[in-house]
Amino acid sequence: MTKFTKVVAVIFGLITAATAQADWTMNMRKGATDISHDIFDLHMIVLWVCVAIGVLVFGVMIWSMIYHRKSRGYEASDFHESTLVEIVWTVIPAVILILLAIPAGKMLIDIEDSSNSDMTVKVTGYQWKWEYEYPEEGISFFSNLAASSREAAGLKAGVNPATVDHYLLEVDNPLVLPVGKKVRFLLTSNDVNHAWWTPDLAIKKDAIPGFINDMWATINEPGIYRGQCAELCGRDHGFMPVVVVAKTQEDYDAWVAEQKGAAAAKAEEADKEWSKEELMTKGEEVYNTSCASCHLQTGEGIPGVFPSLIGSPLTIGDSIDEHIDVVLNGKSGTAMQAFGNQLDDAELAAVITYERNAWGNNADGDDKQIVQPSMIKAKR
Amino acid sequence: MNAHAVDAHDDHDHHGPDKGLMRWVRTTNHKDIGTLYLLFSLLMFFVGGAMALVIRAELFQPGLQFVDPNFFNQMTTMHALIMIFGVVMPAFVGLANWMLPIMVGAPDMALPRMNNFSFWILPFAATMLIGTLFVEGGGPAAGWTMYPPLVLQGGKSFPMLIFSVHLLGISSIMGAINIVATIMNLRAPGMTYMKMPLFVWTWFITAYLLIATMPVLAGAVTMLLTDKYFATSFFSAAGGGDPVMFQHIFWFFGHPEVYILILPAFGIVSQIIPTFARKPLFGYASMVYATASIAFLSFIVWAHHMFTVGMPVVGELFFMMATMLIAVPTGVKVFNWVSTMWRGSMTFETPMLFAIGFVIMFTIGGLSGLMLAMTPIDFQYHDTYFVVAHFHYVLVPGAVFSIVAAVYYWLPKWTGHMYDEKLGRLHFWLSTIFVNVLFWPQHYLGLAGMPRRIPDYAVQFADFNMISSIGAFGFGLSQLLFVVVVFKAIRGGQQATDQVWEGAEGLEWTLSSPPPYHSFSVQPEIK
Ligand code: HEC
Ligand SMILES: [Cu+2]
Repeated sequence: MTKFTKVVAVIFGLITAATAQADWTMNMRKGATDISHDIFDLHMIVLWVCVAIGVLVFGVMIWSMIYHRKSRGYEASDFHESTLVEIVWTVIPAVILILLAIPAGKMLIDIEDSSNSDMTVKVTGYQWKWEYEYPEEGISFFSNLAASSREAAGLKAGVNPATVDHYLLEVDNPLVLPVGKKVRFLLTSNDVNHAWWTPDLAIKKDAIPGFINDMWATINEPGIYRGQCAELCGRDHGFMPVVVVAKTQEDYDAWVAEQKGAAAAKAEEADKEWSKEELMTKGEEVYNTSCASCHLQTGEGIPGVFPSLIGSPLTIGDSIDEHIDVVLNGKSGTAMQAFGNQLDDAELAAVITYERNAWGNNADGDDKQIVQPSMIKAKR
Repeated sequence: MNAHAVDAHDDHDHHGPDKGLMRWVRTTNHKDIGTLYLLFSLLMFFVGGAMALVIRAELFQPGLQFVDPNFFNQMTTMHALIMIFGVVMPAFVGLANWMLPIMVGAPDMALPRMNNFSFWILPFAATMLIGTLFVEGGGPAAGWTMYPPLVLQGGKSFPMLIFSVHLLGISSIMGAINIVATIMNLRAPGMTYMKMPLFVWTWFITAYLLIATMPVLAGAVTMLLTDKYFATSFFSAAGGGDPVMFQHIFWFFGHPEVYILILPAFGIVSQIIPTFARKPLFGYASMVYATASIAFLSFIVWAHHMFTVGMPVVGELFFMMATMLIAVPTGVKVFNWVSTMWRGSMTFETPMLFAIGFVIMFTIGGLSGLMLAMTPIDFQYHDTYFVVAHFHYVLVPGAVFSIVAAVYYWLPKWTGHMYDEKLGRLHFWLSTIFVNVLFWPQHYLGLAGMPRRIPDYAVQFADFNMISSIGAFGFGLSQLLFVVVVFKAIRGGQQATDQVWEGAEGLEWTLSSPPPYHSFSVQPEIK
């Protein structure tokens, strides 16, 4: 058995040596809510119960492997039946399990009770972003992977992820919540199943199209809490993070007021006439955030899955109306979503203009390939 | 009737097998078919393993280095489907084919022509499945669980996936029926049910699980097919259906399936440990009852795979408690194995090493399973690498180790040659070390918050992923040793005795090594 112990020592040595020099964790996080603390405690209890059982069982096994071996001349005995022993090791584990199930059951009932909440946030999953709505405030916005991460996450992008701030865990518009308030989340999806997960809030639930799930959290401490989509949802499943910014009540109120002002300014923008350069710049930005995950930054798409937009009948010639239609209303039964309720008139006009003029789609520089926000408005 | 069967066999015994390739195409012999199953499974093990290495290569470092995320999803999906339906299940059926008739004292399987059929469906099904990678749009990418609506976004690969699942299911059902028929009808006189070897018992129960659940899977995937092509809305809320219903139906198949992948392993280990401990299995009867209880419970715990879909709290409580209950009979099994070793006179040949490795590492997987059963904490574990670590512990050093143990255990009987013991032990130690380097760090990754099925990750997960990938390549390469050992033993080596192992008991050791083409032409008498 010396061989065996040596091997174990080497493996553990390797693992612990690596542990000493990095900043990651090996255990579940305690989190920022009362529930997350309870869950952490239960996790530790069960973990130690499992360790104890393991030590006991493996201890007996290893003892036996050391002493009851033929090479030591140990004679085999012949016992092979004992009803009493069988009953004992059926009953004792059953009792341990009941003792574990009682606190777990209580906690579960607590977790599932989302009544008496102070505010509601509606979360909708999209391929591949989240939409957050505050029905009481009339605020809503989309939350996409941050541009810095997106640029570093391309195939062979050549950017070292370690140099990117919170690589893959950063978004353009985080969900902002007040601390100390019981927040009720309503979850649904626009396309396929997703799951909204923030480990520090210890909540994870599936976002399912056509159904609404609910869950709740009361955040104790201001801070930034990061998580990810936890249900496979297609190509960019790994690229739709969740970021929650918890603020004090005053800071939160200020943020709400600011959002309302910004919405008014945006509405004004849509009414003006845009230049081609303005449209192209904004269009590229919108395209890279909302479309490139399927049609790719180069517009080439993935054959058989996502169509190429280069020289497609819908992106060149006199197809402006059809082009606007497919982007506005999507194509049901496919991954092409209706962007009409995700993007405003200016963003839609910009992205369609971009698609019609980028990648050599308008090599002749035809002036008619420009779409103004007013044209979108007329089509709505 | 038995005497009659023996006569009929004597008539054409002298033909022996056909010559050349046609022997394998037309064979109805349980040993030939067993060999075909096992070789098919070995081949698929390397196909599925290569896919795992693509996954681990991409995850070696943060950032995307080798593959597009879409292809990555195809790899995770195909890796799982191939390992489950192409490796573990066929390997167990192959072992059943080889050993069940011999262990119950029969000349062959009860339904030999169907046996030929159920094998030869497999290569076609597998070709269709792997063929999806070469059609426009590539293979299925929605995970082996095939959840709608995502799976319905699949392109040309989608119908191919569905039909190959149908074929694989038909093959499994036929295999299972054959096993049930053999065990019920062809046992030697005097072999009552409670005298059957445990490998026979566990397969008997597994076969019922297969017959009960495979049609459910076939139904579920057929509903996907009609949803996509015939405008039904079983799983689409817009048409009055429910995407979650698919998950319920799938896991009603899927959870018993988990036990289909592990019960025969329990049987194998229960054969091997007594042999090398030179002591009868402790608690034979309780082993049988525990297996049956696990099989029963496996039908009422399916929703623990989907605690986050938003069930009523009463449902969650029920599925939590039913799941925790499975720990009881599973514990009984582990305690029985340990008691069998206790005060035995042990030696540690390769089959025993793999069997002990199985007991330890399967138990680790079982303990993390107990943690996952507790609903409130499962909300944190669900769909993270903690789950990936858990099911790989029960499936790789669990199911796969048991298959490898069985091959080492019976290889001298099958081929008549002893395998190379030194290489066998080396294979064990390399596999055990690397499998832990591969999967142990994944527990930490999951607890620290890394979701499963992602091609790229935040930098705080980098170090453990790198360790895990090193383990994966080490484990994959070590398996080449297994191929060397097996083919060396097929080609020659020290002549094996009939008894092979000093402490072995059972009918298989009363036959010559290798056994005659038709196993028991005269039925043995069991006292
Ligand atoms: C989730 C993946 C996805 C995203 C994101 C996406 N698309 Fe699409 N798009 C598709 C698919 C799939 C089709 C093909 C639909 C069909 O089968 O007709 C498509 C089709 C199109 C077409 C028609 C192309 C043709 O030749 O038929 C246009 C134009 C288009 N998308 C524009 C956009 C724009 C603009 C955006 C961003 C605002 C966008 N798409 C975002 C998946 C996507
Ligand atoms: Cu998602």
